[in-house]
Amino acid sequence: MSAVSDPATASPAASLFRRNLATFAENRLAVASAAILLGFVVMAVFAPWIAPQDPNETDLFRRLQPPAWMPGGEWAYLLGCDALGRDIFSRIIYGARISIFIGTVVVAVATVIGILAGLAAGYLRGWVDTLISRLIDILLGFPYLIFAIGLMAMMGPGLVNIILALVYKEWVIPARVVRGETLAVRELEYVEAARALGASRFHIMIREIMPNVLSAVLVVATIRMADVIILEASLSFLGLGVQPPTASWGSMVADGRAFILEAWWVSTFPGLAILTLVLVINVASQGLRDAFDPRFHE
Amino acid sequence: MTVSEPLIRVESLVKHYGGRRSLMDRLAGRPAISIRALNGVSFTVARGETLGLIGESGCGKSTLGRAVLRLHEPTAGRVTFDGADVTALSPAELKAMRRDMQIIFQDPYASLNPRRTVAEIVGLPLKLHNLAKSGREARDKVAAIMERVGLKAAHLDRYPHQFSGGQRQRIGIARALISNPRFIVCDEPVSALDVSIQAQIIKLLIELKRELGLTYLFVSHDISVIGYLSDRVAVMYLGEIVEMGPVERVLQSPRHPYTQSLLSAVPDVDSPGLRKRVKLTGDLPSPQAPPPGCKFHTRCPLAVERCRTDVPVVRTVGEGHTAACHFAEELVQG
Repeated sequence: MSAVSDPATASPAASLFRRNLATFAENRLAVASAAILLGFVVMAVFAPWIAPQDPNETDLFRRLQPPAWMPGGEWAYLLGCDALGRDIFSRIIYGARISIFIGTVVVAVATVIGILAGLAAGYLRGWVDTLISRLIDILLGFPYLIFAIGLMAMMGPGLVNIILALVYKEWVIPARVVRGETLAVRELEYVEAARALGASRFHIMIREIMPNVLSAVLVVATIRMADVIILEASLSFLGLGVQPPTASWGSMVADGRAFILEAWWVSTFPGLAILTLVLVINVASQGLRDAFDPRFHE
Repeated sequence: MTVSEPLIRVESLVKHYGGRRSLMDRLAGRPAISIRALNGVSFTVARGETLGLIGESGCGKSTLGRAVLRLHEPTAGRVTFDGADVTALSPAELKAMRRDMQIIFQDPYASLNPRRTVAEIVGLPLKLHNLAKSGREARDKVAAIMERVGLKAAHLDRYPHQFSGGQRQRIGIARALISNPRFIVCDEPVSALDVSIQAQIIKLLIELKRELGLTYLFVSHDISVIGYLSDRVAVMYLGEIVEMGPVERVLQSPRHPYTQSLLSAVPDVDSPGLRKRVKLTGDLPSPQAPPPGCKFHTRCPLAVERCRTDVPVVRTVGEGHTAACHFAEELVQG
């Protein structure tokens, strides 16, 4: 109320955003996680300039060479080499590209589909809702990984197919969130006001309801990113993911499985990379949720 | 009584909610639930008139306001606006007609989209009905209407949360007025406001009506508000109008026991203790299973055997004054 009398210089939407951002900044753990996450993204984007070696160059003389600090290690090959003598550190850097790319694309595509499906189901109701909701129920009935394995087996491996296989089920999650939010928002008087003014259903869904469900679904999207990265790693581990020699953390873990006792570093370092990335995404998105979703305040 | 055709004519309007079962309901064996919100409501509103609609919460008065505008599709009955059958309009015709019939909502917090600026909210009707040739013209029109309802045009780019409840209600009024409507449903427009602000908004609504020649259907549960700004009053109970007439007649000499009990609940400052208090017992019966006969008999202090079985017909008890009670002729409060 006091804001009305004083001439606010900043636009109010920006000020709300800034307030939320300040809340986020107070959460040190979340900020640290976000910083590490940013590090991963930079690593992925600038991989060719950061990686000390060619990730796909094999060297049989360096077969299962241990990490630099162990006897027989070399500082040029920081984390050692795999069974084909490829530099693990460089492969982890390049592998970040696959994980982050697939995580981002899958979640982005799934979120767009989910928002549209959720809005349609929640606002139009009737047979549209029945159709979408039953489809969601059916998809939720399948275990995620088994479903993806089945699809990959049908479509064959490859980057585009992984994305498709994961999107097929991933859209269900944002769709459910948006449908629920839409059911609540559609009953509010401003939606009725828009109808009373003669607004079309499309206008009401996109212009009136969507902006008000967006924050909830974006928070969900960041959390889902971590799960999608694990799923991609799982598929690659099972040999259904990106094809060799392209480096993917999941397939690197699989590569080292046979030598886990004599050359533990081959599986362990890519495994740690998956763990770290997923952990920082989860912690950062928790912080984001606490700061930006008002329902979690207090 | 009326020289010209009334602006709004509502005939036997019925609105039932639910009743239709989906396939899933049938499979799950859920019974059909039907809520009878409106049961054959008829009235007219003359040009330039304010019809006050009063009743307890849950009696169907808000549903009536929305059904008249076809925001809620009526189950049966007819609404005519200036001779045109609103209930028979195609979606495109209905959209065009929305310019002429508007609504002001109760909750000034829920009725404005928190993510839109005031310029966008108030300017929406201009956009939807192509009432402005340019963005510049739209902005000028919004600014003009903002100043007319007592807001600063400089606040155009603010968001609803930066305004107080009373200011937000003014924004809602500006939005309803910008397309130059002739008829406005005011759905408890002051119930959510502080008493001091209620008076300002009521004053504004009266001014606007006089200036722009508006016709109001004013829904409220507050007798003093209704008494202050209505020309005629309709009293609703369980989806039916039980009494209707000129405001002074209905409020001075009510002929329905329900109206009498509503009026006796208003504290009388001038002569405390002098007026007979007609106490109502029990709650509003469920509109899912309304009582037979006169719907009010379960709570009526005067109910006799006949009221439990016979539905009272609406009778005229004075000039333009009707009541639906078996004893309306005898019920003169003294």
